[in-house]
Amino acid sequence: MTAKRQAHALVFAALGDEMRLLLVAKLCGGQPRSISQLTEGSRLTRQAITKHLRVLENAGVVHSVRTGRESRFAFNPEPIEEIKKYLDLVSEQWDQALSRLKSFVES
Amino acid sequence: MENRIEKRIELKAPVSRVWRALTDHREFGEWFRVKLDGPFVPGEISRGQITYPGYEHIKWQAVVQKMEPERLFSFTWHHSLDADADISKEPTTLVEFRLEKIESGTLLTLTESGFENLPNDLRVEAFRRNDGGWTEQMKNIESYVAQRP
Repeated sequence: MTAKRQAHALVFAALGDEMRLLLVAKLCGGQPRSISQLTEGSRLTRQAITKHLRVLENAGVVHSVRTGRESRFAFNPEPIEEIKKYLDLVSEQWDQALSRLKSFVES
Repeated sequence: MENRIEKRIELKAPVSRVWRALTDHREFGEWFRVKLDGPFVPGEISRGQITYPGYEHIKWQAVVQKMEPERLFSFTWHHSLDADADISKEPTTLVEFRLEKIESGTLLTLTESGFENLPNDLRVEAFRRNDGGWTEQMKNIESYVAQRP
């Protein structure tokens, strides 16, 4: 149970970093990219970028595809969509609760 | 990806009125749909029973964080739908209500943050259980309230 939870808790944590969000933004266009392409124009080293990609990969947000000698990383939309659905649900529940509060204090 | 929820709502009632609706445990229970065992006390666990139709088996558990009169009320709570969930062992999110006096009454800002703490299986489970029924129920309540302001 604990192992499963730890594994699942990674998605939000993985996205809670500016650099990793930037990597996701670069990858979510759908085109798989190599580490070199992802390092281009960044002030981070190849090693640092690789480390961030591994965190995203661990959380299932990206996956790597090996082509020849090079690894390319591709975006995996499912985990993020799942989180978005949950946030939308909680958000909707708050809308409803606040509208009940509004009726309550204004009456 | 925004990991937090923020809502702003203008209430045509004085700050003191809104503060009471938020922090008096009976009044809070009225609009939140929960029957609380006792008053909110900072640092202590608030317990009760959800009264929302279809969710009556769920226990309310929150840890009251801050009560700065007429300014800020906050608590942490868990998102487990397990009737036996224990808040001291569950990951939580932080809910904050901020009040501000405005011309027409009160500007209330609600934020909920810390969703990165929640394990994915809880979220999936909540979503699965809520699928279909919840959205419909919400609409029913909304029209009910609208008819009885």
